[in-house]
Amino acid sequence: MPEIKDGCVKPARGPIAPTPESAAPPVGGAPAQEVKRMLAQVGKEAPDFEANAFVAGTGFKPVKLSDYKGQWIVLCFYPGDFTFV
Amino acid sequence: MAAVAARYGEFKALGVEVLAMSTDSRFVHKIWQEQELSKMVKGGVPFPMLSDGGGKIGTVYGVYDEAAGVDIRGRFIIDPDFVIRAMEVLTPEVGRSPDELIRQIKAFQHSRNTGEVMPSGWQPGQVTLQPGPALVGKVWEVWKP
Repeated sequence: MPEIKDGCVKPARGPIAPTPESAAPPVGGAPAQEVKRMLAQVGKEAPDFEANAFVAGTGFKPVKLSDYKGQWIVLCFYPGDFTFV
Repeated sequence: MAAVAARYGEFKALGVEVLAMSTDSRFVHKIWQEQELSKMVKGGVPFPMLSDGGGKIGTVYGVYDEAAGVDIRGRFIIDPDFVIRAMEVLTPEVGRSPDELIRQIKAFQHSRNTGEVMPSGWQPGQVTLQPGPALVGKVWEVWKP
């Protein structure tokens, strides 16, 4: 499989705030604060995000959580590569 | 991580996609895969390993430890409607149980397909409950711990 080209620094969007349903401009708040208000809770929609990823057999590519909408997803956070547990 | 990778076939059979995420870069993920994970599990970790540099995503999911600069162990089950069904967050010294994860996925899938609810410790094939007026005060007749 051909290697996907990748540089040293590659921005990813990180948390993606939901698009506001009304077209009204946000009152007072900057977009950054909107991201801060996003919070994962059971029974609520999963906060979307985009992150750079390593995928075996593919290489490096950005992955968006909502790319997997329609499937069951298990999202696992862990403290770091080469940790012991 | 390796424990989930080793049972990836079971997750696939349940229609589950797994995503792993830490604050490490994609480059470190690649080398961990090559140097260690591929020696623990045949073929290594088959699912995407995501990078949360800066912990912004972990913050939104309530797992980012600012003092340590890492995402602690947290796992989330998200259903096909993109709704979070379960979360489990542990401090770093104890690993998670793939058995319990698979049990919860099967229970949520069963509930989604049937509208039934699953009592404590439910395993596939065991009794489920049909919530409704008829069951009020009668759970003891069909289920005991």
